[in-house]
Amino acid sequence: MSTTASANMTITNRLGLHARPAMMLAEAAMRFDSEITVQRVDQNKAVDAKSIMQLMMLAAVCGTELQVEASGPDASESIAAIKDLVESRFSEDSLEC
Amino acid sequence: MKLLDIIVKDAIDPNLEATSRDEAIGMLIDRLIKAEVLNEAQRDDFIKAIIKRERRGSTGFGHGVAVPHVKHPDIDTLTAAIGVCKDGIDFNALDGQPVHSIFLIISPEQKPEEHLEAMEAVFSHLSQDTFRSFLLQANSTDEVMTLLEEADSSNLGN
Repeated sequence: MSTTASANMTITNRLGLHARPAMMLAEAAMRFDSEITVQRVDQNKAVDAKSIMQLMMLAAVCGTELQVEASGPDASESIAAIKDLVESRFSEDSLEC
Repeated sequence: MKLLDIIVKDAIDPNLEATSRDEAIGMLIDRLIKAEVLNEAQRDDFIKAIIKRERRGSTGFGHGVAVPHVKHPDIDTLTAAIGVCKDGIDFNALDGQPVHSIFLIISPEQKPEEHLEAMEAVFSHLSQDTFRSFLLQANSTDEVMTLLEEADSSNLGN
């Protein structure tokens, strides 16, 4: 059964969505079969959550709000996993922006 | 941010003759020293920091591209060097493929936003097949510079 899910989340680690968090996000997304896209709420361009290069093209600094959308058999689980990751600030620092 | 805002002409090597990741990083840092972006005394520290970062996770993100980088407190300006290795280098890339295009970026530690903008500028072009293949075909620094100018004005038909 294919479903869709989406959620908004804000990048709150000080360094933003740089290479390592982008890699963690892509790795998390790749664990799911659903198609997952990420876009900045202030822009119209959605990128593939499973591509580090595309995620880096968001230039999502600390404070950027992202909209994540998933479509597929595990859509809501994938959104929950990505939201957890973003909200944990990618485990990289306790400093907020 | 444009590519030519961050890339120094003297730090472009269109025929990088490195055979390993660490050698490539060393050669590009030497280019930045020659371009007077860094000085000789900073050499080993920067090389070490960039290799350390690679060990935490390869910046070879696929498609024959790598972006080794460091955020360092000793510099105020973000600068990038380019090395093109026609033969390909083992960069421990995520897709297991050899790396041909290396964009080495040194960023001031206190400006994370600038670092993200530079990454966006670099990947918005490196993610394009046309840009990557033109870069591999370039034989001189001037040809690379022309390609970067065209990319900055988006004349590559992407």
